[in-house]
Amino acid sequence: MKTINRITAGAFVAYAATTGAAMAQTDVSMWYHGAGNEVESNILNGIIDDFNASQGDWSVTVESFPQQSYNDSVVAAALAGNLPCILDVDGPIMPNWAWSGYMQPLDIDESLVEDFLPGTLGMWDDELYSVGLWDAAVALYTRESTLEDLGLRRPTLEEPWTGEEFMAALEAAKASGDYDYALDLGMNDQGEWYPYAFLPFLWSHGGSLVDRDSYTTAEGALNGDAALAFGEWWASLFEEGYAPGTSEDPADQQTGFIDGSFAFQWNGNWRAVATMAEVDDVVFLPAPDFGAGNYIGGGSWQFGISASCEHPEGANAFIEFAIQDEYLAAFSDGIGLIPSTPSAAQMTENYAEGGPLASFFDLSADQARLRPVTPGYVVQSKVFTSALADIANGADPADTLDAAVDEIDSDIEANQGYGHE
Amino acid sequence: MAAISPDNRGLRLAVRYLVLVLVALIFVLPLLFMVMSSFKPDQQLLADTSSIRAFLPVGDVSLGNYAEAFQRAPVRLFVFNSVLVTGVTVVLSLAICSLAAFSFVFLQWRGRGLVLSIILATLIVPFETIAIPLLLIVSKLPWIGLDGVEWTWLNTYRVQIIPWIADGLTVFLFVQYFKDLPGELVEASRVEGASWFQIYWRVILPLSGPVVATAAILKFLVMYNQYLWPLIVVQQEQYRPVMVGLQYFFQLNVAWGEVMAYLTMITVPVLAFYLVLQRAFIASIASTGVKG
Amino acid sequence: MATRLTQSNRAGWLFALPGFGLIAVFIILPFFFAFWLSLTNQRLISPNPTEFVGLQNYADMLSLAVVTLEPERDADGAVIRDETGAPEYPRVRSITRSDAFPQYDGMREWFRWQSGETARVVIASDVVFWKALTNTLLFVLIVAPTQAALALGLALLINQRLRGINVFRAIYFMPVVVSIVIVSLLWRFIYDGQDGLLNTVLGFLTFGAFEGHDWLGDPDTALGSIMAMSIWQAVGFHMVIWLAGLQTISPTLYEAAAIEGSSKWQTFRYVTWPGLRNTAVLILIVITMQSFALFAQIDVMTNGGPLDSTQTMVFQAVERGYGKQDISGGSTISVVLFLLVLTISLVQRYLTRER
Repeated sequence: MKTINRITAGAFVAYAATTGAAMAQTDVSMWYHGAGNEVESNILNGIIDDFNASQGDWSVTVESFPQQSYNDSVVAAALAGNLPCILDVDGPIMPNWAWSGYMQPLDIDESLVEDFLPGTLGMWDDELYSVGLWDAAVALYTRESTLEDLGLRRPTLEEPWTGEEFMAALEAAKASGDYDYALDLGMNDQGEWYPYAFLPFLWSHGGSLVDRDSYTTAEGALNGDAALAFGEWWASLFEEGYAPGTSEDPADQQTGFIDGSFAFQWNGNWRAVATMAEVDDVVFLPAPDFGAGNYIGGGSWQFGISASCEHPEGANAFIEFAIQDEYLAAFSDGIGLIPSTPSAAQMTENYAEGGPLASFFDLSADQARLRPVTPGYVVQSKVFTSALADIANGADPADTLDAAVDEIDSDIEANQGYGHE
Repeated sequence: MAAISPDNRGLRLAVRYLVLVLVALIFVLPLLFMVMSSFKPDQQLLADTSSIRAFLPVGDVSLGNYAEAFQRAPVRLFVFNSVLVTGVTVVLSLAICSLAAFSFVFLQWRGRGLVLSIILATLIVPFETIAIPLLLIVSKLPWIGLDGVEWTWLNTYRVQIIPWIADGLTVFLFVQYFKDLPGELVEASRVEGASWFQIYWRVILPLSGPVVATAAILKFLVMYNQYLWPLIVVQQEQYRPVMVGLQYFFQLNVAWGEVMAYLTMITVPVLAFYLVLQRAFIASIASTGVKG
Repeated sequence: MATRLTQSNRAGWLFALPGFGLIAVFIILPFFFAFWLSLTNQRLISPNPTEFVGLQNYADMLSLAVVTLEPERDADGAVIRDETGAPEYPRVRSITRSDAFPQYDGMREWFRWQSGETARVVIASDVVFWKALTNTLLFVLIVAPTQAALALGLALLINQRLRGINVFRAIYFMPVVVSIVIVSLLWRFIYDGQDGLLNTVLGFLTFGAFEGHDWLGDPDTALGSIMAMSIWQAVGFHMVIWLAGLQTISPTLYEAAAIEGSSKWQTFRYVTWPGLRNTAVLILIVITMQSFALFAQIDVMTNGGPLDSTQTMVFQAVERGYGKQDISGGSTISVVLFLLVLTISLVQRYLTRER
């Protein structure tokens, strides 16, 4: 039986090939950052299979890359003129690739993305270049029991902790002697985590990585009074011993909160599901407000189309297909991230009304702010990361922030303003 | 000389071995930690690092990490790719570099000194510093294969092999070794009417076992540990080598047990290769080292 | 050997060509490409046209200046001092960010020293580069002799006629065959400041008196820790080279020394060491080359931190060229590194020339 089937199948393929393109699907290549992540790969492959079966024109094939080196792989391929059609791109990186001429704007039905969380839409030059199936969010992890033991008010989105309350909470945790550290910030991960997780603190102090109106200088934004206040505050976290520094063991970061070594942890929601399984009374608190509002970072991985794509219609068709609620919900259930639409959220285990992570959806909707939307962000994020690491290690905040400003400004100049007027 | 009593001699021997063992511990413990950790679940692995248990197969020991590593990444494919690329490069490198060295040492030709100096100067160019220019070059190189002409080398085995065949260090090793061989051998064969290639193949190479082993091990280590180059020239999983594969294990939550299992697995082929060549290797160094 | 028998231009070129050709295409050509890039403002990816900028990248990287700071004085002209009695100075940023000194714009303090009441501050437009340069030189200056000496010690240790000595030889060599990336990953656990293996072992050896130290987190010990690990990984290779040298020294020399009644040290000094001269040259050259290329350890373990205490030339070349998309800046470092190593090896060759 099997043999016969195979022969007929073979004959069919041969037949299809001879009768011309009408029967054949055109290949559309795609790159994704999920190599080594089985859950993510399975969901994506499911979407691709559904898409390929749903119509006869296009056949999407995916190549997966390890996340850590994904951007390096793409930039190298761009240099070598070897990009695929559909590109997976980290939100804040997109403007760099778009500006460099490696991406083209999406051509999809705009009504499809009306309800999307703002952080999931990648805009550059007033055009939509990328769209995400999810957003990520950061929250202050703690235990219900910790709040009780330390006698702390439970902050809410409407009434978050003020900066003073937050510092008082850290002091109380430290004074209790029950924890190795009051707060874990994940300082060992000196990559995109730094700007993603810590820029919101700078914003909340009233500072900014670059001037958010012109994007042509960091002077005054990253070394003005507000930024200096942020810098002093940041230094105090480590001077006073509230938080472990850059040499923190990555393993401690992974297990420390669950083991009870940390009273609070500033962490992404991708860890929420795993933490809930281990800690019964974990609660996710909104970011504190240091005076200029409370923020978290928005923008995660998104789908876009390369400029060299020969079949943008196919790529657009796939993206339109992939951003259906059912797939947003599938990704959310699989990897714990926030689905991009309220309707998809209702279909998920965690983000439906009353679900354990529903608060994250509100966090993302209310507090999320995009990292600077500029091609120069690629460099600025690295400068910010090393400046924050240096201050944590005892460098003078004012000098360090000045140096960061100089480096950012000279980079912007070297790139002739990155296309900003 | 004072007579040494048997007791005294035994004690001395014991001290000697004690020193040897203590030094051996310094070298072996970190590797033992890697192997032992590969059998432990993450929680225990991390907890064990604060005690001597890190080096012992205690607690919840299993092969689970290995099974999961195979689940997460095509380990066999990566090892196959690395062994293939490494093996082919080593063989070609030995042939081409020894031939060049033969020419530098035994033949007189115009430009010889200059060319050798240039080759030796390339010893001090760290690869990382020329990777991007090299990427731009190989992305546009033509290749005439069985399927006709291709206009790029990206996503192939050849792009991982050919740029690495010739290098200054390998040529240098052969040159140093050949200089110590008696030149009369060559002259005598020449008188008998042997061609230069015959002399290289029949006279010199058979005497070169030791240096071949040295150069092979060094090249093997360089090739097997390639990371940056394959990362930028290969975009398809089917051509990825082991060190790029290591990245599969560094997700947002690192599964350290799997990492250790993977590290252990990819280290095994190298150890095997070394043990096979060890004898010849040490003999080889004995002869290259003399000259300096 | 310059006889007519060996004169052969055609065969000579023919045999050398495959090797030289490959090196020319895949090493020399890209290097000249990198050299060209260092004279332009090329970005890794950018829509802007490339411009020739001459030596601007070198000037931006290398420029240094010394500024003198007078201590702050109060209304009476007396020097203001802090609690420890040290004079207080105006901040360097009051000069480098002032419109009155446009020539110092964008520069930063590298280091300073005191002469009398005034402080002299060396400011650089690219402090990280200078730190990378000094760290790299420090690494080479310390690692090359230490590693060579330790390798010689191990070789002497292993050069005994004992049962099972081959097993020890293999064990000492084992780290060499493990990828430096893997080694760096493992040693992060060893150097960990909280409950790292090194702290555990030191605590155990001192019966708990050792409190533990954050080896990679402290700017004073980070580079040293990386040096120690690098030596651990590579020393076996050089041990084997020394060993080979030792085994070529004729036993009759040792017998003669024994008859003369020379001490162990005298034997080493007058018999062993002179016999190892050529080996020493080879080892020193190889270690120096490897040390200048220091990259993977930094990339895996410290990212150049803390406080730039582990920045190196190659790490910065990569960080700039790829990470910050400044391929011309990265190439500039590569060229400077090449010239530096070339100079050093010419000097080395001159000093160790056969007289």
